[in-house]
Amino acid sequence: MAHVEQLVGSYRAWAANGASGAPGWLKDLREGGIARFHDLGFPNMKQEAWRFTSVAPIAEGSFELAQPPARTPKLDDIRPFLLFETGYRLVFLDGFFQPSLSTPFFDDIQSLAHVVAHRQDLVRQHLGTYAATQDRPFSALNTAFVHEGAFVHVPAKATIAEPIQLLFLASGAKQVVSHPRNLVVIEREARASIVETYASLGQGPYWTNSVTEVVVGEGARVDYHRVQRESERAYHVATTQTHQGRDSTVHLHTVAFGAALARHDIGAVMAGPGGTLILNGLYLLAGQQHADHHTTIDHAADHCESHEYFNGVLDEKSRGVFTGRIIVRPGAQKTDSKQTNNNLLLSTDAHADSQPQLEIYADDVKCTHGSTVGPLDPRALFYLRSRGVGEAEARRLMTYGFAAEILGRMDVAALRAELDRIVRDRLAA
Amino acid sequence: MPGHGTRDTGHALLEVKGLRVAVAGNEILKGVDLAIREGEVHAIMGPNGSGKSTLAQVLAGHPAYTVLAGSAKYEGKDLLSMKPEERARAGVFLAFQYPVEIRGITNSYFLRSALNALRRERGEPELDPIDFLQVLEQKLKAIGWDDSMMNRPVNEGFSGGEKKRNEILQLAVLEPRLAILDETDSGLDIDALKTVAHAVNQLRGPKRSFLIVTHYQRLLNHITPDVVHVLADGRIVKSGGPELAHELEAKGYDWLRDAAMVS
Repeated sequence: MAHVEQLVGSYRAWAANGASGAPGWLKDLREGGIARFHDLGFPNMKQEAWRFTSVAPIAEGSFELAQPPARTPKLDDIRPFLLFETGYRLVFLDGFFQPSLSTPFFDDIQSLAHVVAHRQDLVRQHLGTYAATQDRPFSALNTAFVHEGAFVHVPAKATIAEPIQLLFLASGAKQVVSHPRNLVVIEREARASIVETYASLGQGPYWTNSVTEVVVGEGARVDYHRVQRESERAYHVATTQTHQGRDSTVHLHTVAFGAALARHDIGAVMAGPGGTLILNGLYLLAGQQHADHHTTIDHAADHCESHEYFNGVLDEKSRGVFTGRIIVRPGAQKTDSKQTNNNLLLSTDAHADSQPQLEIYADDVKCTHGSTVGPLDPRALFYLRSRGVGEAEARRLMTYGFAAEILGRMDVAALRAELDRIVRDRLAA
Repeated sequence: MPGHGTRDTGHALLEVKGLRVAVAGNEILKGVDLAIREGEVHAIMGPNGSGKSTLAQVLAGHPAYTVLAGSAKYEGKDLLSMKPEERARAGVFLAFQYPVEIRGITNSYFLRSALNALRRERGEPELDPIDFLQVLEQKLKAIGWDDSMMNRPVNEGFSGGEKKRNEILQLAVLEPRLAILDETDSGLDIDALKTVAHAVNQLRGPKRSFLIVTHYQRLLNHITPDVVHVLADGRIVKSGGPELAHELEAKGYDWLRDAAMVS
């Protein structure tokens, strides 16, 4: 528990110092967060939600709050992580906003700290409203340190044509933690596409603890893409929580390539009737990497549709964990929910855990789920070979297909191409 | 044209002798002899469980089968020692009875990968997606498809008939020397059957041979074979011309099965 005390201590020092200028409501939010974290402590493997994932490297490590970077990177340094140089983007380094690398848009696509200082009315009603902290110590800890991150606000009926890039870079400084906090508000009948990327300029080990809240108004649509390509020595803990209004559409795509230990909690609340959700994820791991995706789709309203697809490709001694919880609330009639999780084991030392959890409290619903864990299908392998494709290439092709199935659902061509390249590079290695 | 009447001349493309094959410890083929010359169309008929599909699969190199004895020479080379991909590159093609789904790989990408594997073997330049589309366009016409099936993952969500047409499309694109059709007619409605038969007939030629494995004679109403063999209990018990297929249709297999037991 020493480490919990250390983090609480570092919160106290921070709250008294750099963060003391915050408005009262924000201070209250933070105090609530640290109190909760102090109560909960780090999760352990006796808890159902953490059965397969040990956070010991984080809980037993010593992490200082990241300091403002001594040097601002140049555009050349970050170019490998940009899909394009046009459009709006917000760039952060070790959690600190980098104005010289960013292209914000007034108070609508801006650093969260800036908007809190200038337009807190845009933030206050949403921040901390959607991402639960009751039983979520990491989310509570992030809430304690709420200060900086990306803010995106798309006003009613507006469309932002080009995807907005949110880039969170780690300098690679050792034993530091950052707590990016992002808020995305897509108003009624608005439309936007967002790409949130976590990457590193150095090795670490470091720890990223991010929370992103996405609220989507009536009839609005957001295509949200999340790419986690942290350093392979990093620890990455994250929450993405969406909240959908009536007749809205969310396509949430997530890809995890990096980090030694990654845990991503994805929550989606379908709060109004007629909503559509696609939750589409890929994890591609090797070495000793461990990635845990914990998803909860909450059908709180009737006539909503959710499609969840997660594929894992696990090589060497890596381990993938997937939990797919689907809740259909009383009265959420005509829910149509489909979930699949397929895990490809490329080595006998790789391991996957897949757990669907269906909690259905309405009677007129359609819910299906399926999960697989196994090596490449020998029938498909023979089929390819019988067409002249050599065995090694056939294996590569099938493995690629496993990933391509997920990437193919993404609408942003530049992102698809970049992820495709990363997948091919990894498979060629 | 080589055919039933000219069986004693022409170059042997495939020569199978005394082939005995087991799967999971059960002997399925108990000594098969078969010779197919260039340009000939042979049909193998027989009751369920006679070993027809085993013969097709073992010629394509399916790893589940163990060859106990015998030989298979293709273009004079030892076919059985070749890997499945080497057989394909040498011109052997199996149209699967149960075509397999390959997730995430489009039909178009799959076919181009296969064609390029063959072209590399022949020392020809690989086709880029645009060149490939041109090749594909003509072949699609033969099976009555537009390109809408090409951007879907291989066989995923395809109906039974679509899967079989897809096999024939691959056959048309890959242009093998020996095409083995394993129960391609099963599960096809009459229109699909005619389309498949028409496509196969168009592909017949003096340099290309076919081995058509079928339970029923109905495909052979549309593709006239040069030779018909009857496989029963792991052996070829009778061979003849196209009229044998009609005889089987009329009399069933039992009279031949009894003959096999006696021998």
